[in-house]
Amino acid sequence: MTTHNAQASVLNENKLDGNRMSTSKRSKGIDYWLPKLVLSPTVAITIVFIYGFILWTTILSFTKSRILPQYEFVGFEQYVKLFLNDRWMGALANLAIFGILFIGICMVVGLVFAILLDQNIRAEGALRTIYLYPMALSFIVTGTVWKWIMNPTVGIEKFMHDIGFSGFSFDWIVDPDMAIYTVVIAGIWQSSGFVMAIFLAGLRGIDTSIIKAAQLDGASLFAVYTRVIIPSMRPVFFSAFIMLAHIAIKSFDLIMALTGGGPGNATDVPAIFMYQFSFTRGQLGIGASSAVIMLMGVTAILIPYLYSELRGEKQ
Amino acid sequence: MSQTKVNDARYKAITGRAILYAVLVIVALYYLAPLFLMIVTSFRSMEEIRVGQLIEWPKTFTFDAWAAAWNQVQIGAREDLGLKPYFMNSIRMVIPSVLLSTAFGALNGYVLSFWKFRGSELFFAFLLAGCFLPFQAILLPHSIVLGKMGISGSTLGLVFTHVVYGVAFTTLFFRNYYVNLPGELIKAAKLDGAGFWMIFYRIILPLSTPILVVSIIWQFTQIWNDFLFGVVFSDPNSQPVTVGLNNMVNSTTGEKRYNVDMAGAIIAALPTVLVYVVAGKYFVRGLTAGSVKG
Repeated sequence: MTTHNAQASVLNENKLDGNRMSTSKRSKGIDYWLPKLVLSPTVAITIVFIYGFILWTTILSFTKSRILPQYEFVGFEQYVKLFLNDRWMGALANLAIFGILFIGICMVVGLVFAILLDQNIRAEGALRTIYLYPMALSFIVTGTVWKWIMNPTVGIEKFMHDIGFSGFSFDWIVDPDMAIYTVVIAGIWQSSGFVMAIFLAGLRGIDTSIIKAAQLDGASLFAVYTRVIIPSMRPVFFSAFIMLAHIAIKSFDLIMALTGGGPGNATDVPAIFMYQFSFTRGQLGIGASSAVIMLMGVTAILIPYLYSELRGEKQ
Repeated sequence: MSQTKVNDARYKAITGRAILYAVLVIVALYYLAPLFLMIVTSFRSMEEIRVGQLIEWPKTFTFDAWAAAWNQVQIGAREDLGLKPYFMNSIRMVIPSVLLSTAFGALNGYVLSFWKFRGSELFFAFLLAGCFLPFQAILLPHSIVLGKMGISGSTLGLVFTHVVYGVAFTTLFFRNYYVNLPGELIKAAKLDGAGFWMIFYRIILPLSTPILVVSIIWQFTQIWNDFLFGVVFSDPNSQPVTVGLNNMVNSTTGEKRYNVDMAGAIIAALPTVLVYVVAGKYFVRGLTAGSVKG
């Protein structure tokens, strides 16, 4: 990431110049208020539609609201109901299983194939295009395809039976204990190429002189990767983790298309729980409280990230 | 080193490379298999699928499934059949959403890079947090407000929603691109007496082509593929193609027609996949812009 660092130092100089210009007396007049005017719709949108609505959702979560919003406050009652609800606890457990496997496997797969692709591969461009194209698809499309492939009566299981492996069984998608793992399979297919792209960009950004120095010292290729390259990619790991955690917590479309949350509620996750309680079951209060818990989850992951980003920019 | 040793090392290196390529190709096949299966199945007839295999080359190529998915299959209770009306809804929704959110992003990025004022950096930090907002946290108030504005359940309402929640990302793109432009350009122009708009049109905009492409592609992919806003904020007359596809696939009436489902899935995926194939480089840049920032 040396080029980035170089750019960053140029960037900081520009920043100082920019500040000096906008506060100098010369730029007063129409150019003094025009930038503020141009930015104002976005400021208004951010205040009302992001932070205002978060506050509004939080307020709703402390009310008795059912089908329609109302503002009779009941304290933490909805949160108590939420955490006494087996479906919610199941949704949290599913998110934990999905999140850990999805993030973990995507990171490993992404890193391994980024390293393999980094070995002066002839058709690298074509391979990269193939690995990454699922990211251009809608999760609904991915869910539709994998739902069919993993359907035991028409998909892989039937195929294996037809070609002679009559003992073969792959019915996870209709098995309540295993269905969440089918979500993991489809999720990894969709997102691992993206992680690979991030890691590949990270690998390309490493200062090659460090690698050459290590090789001159007689380090093997494996040692160069484990001792030199991977440790220096810590920020890249961090951002890949953030992006994946973010996808996992928000996961809604994929599960809606793949299993619809079923069989039963076996693949329920917080995003589906929130949608159904808020918009189809007329339980706004519980829906709002589940949304607040989701927001708190994302915030807990994000704060260290934003902190490091903003601190990095100041340096 | 003796000759045999050199040959041995070379032999090892060559097998190593061969294994490496084999692994990479097998993985590529894994990623391609679902797409291949989709395309092949969409050209088979239901009779063939019923008696045949999961993976089988069509004995007779037929476009019946494509026609059915496009404008013959009954989805929900609406009168015009097929995915076509949903596809058109998506187009009507995506074009203004992409253009407006990109325009706002460009102007915001320009202000936040070259016309900083007290509090603008702080605002940018607050806006940045908006990129990661789980939309569940705003769904309920947003649907109330869309109702109050009289645009709930309409394409206009969806456009409004996508612009409002897309601006954080587009602003991030442009701002991070503009701060890397040489500040001297702007400084000189300001000293020459050029104003806010003049500098934007004459200097900044001509330099913005790459980031405009990134922003347009990113927004197009995000908005076309969106399902959550589509399912919550639209009525049957404005639902986008992702919602149409999901309704089609999960409707329980009649026999499951996998060829039609697959043709429908390809129809829904086609615009974003085409964009990816044509401008993949910019697509990747957009994806990584949020993560590997310089």
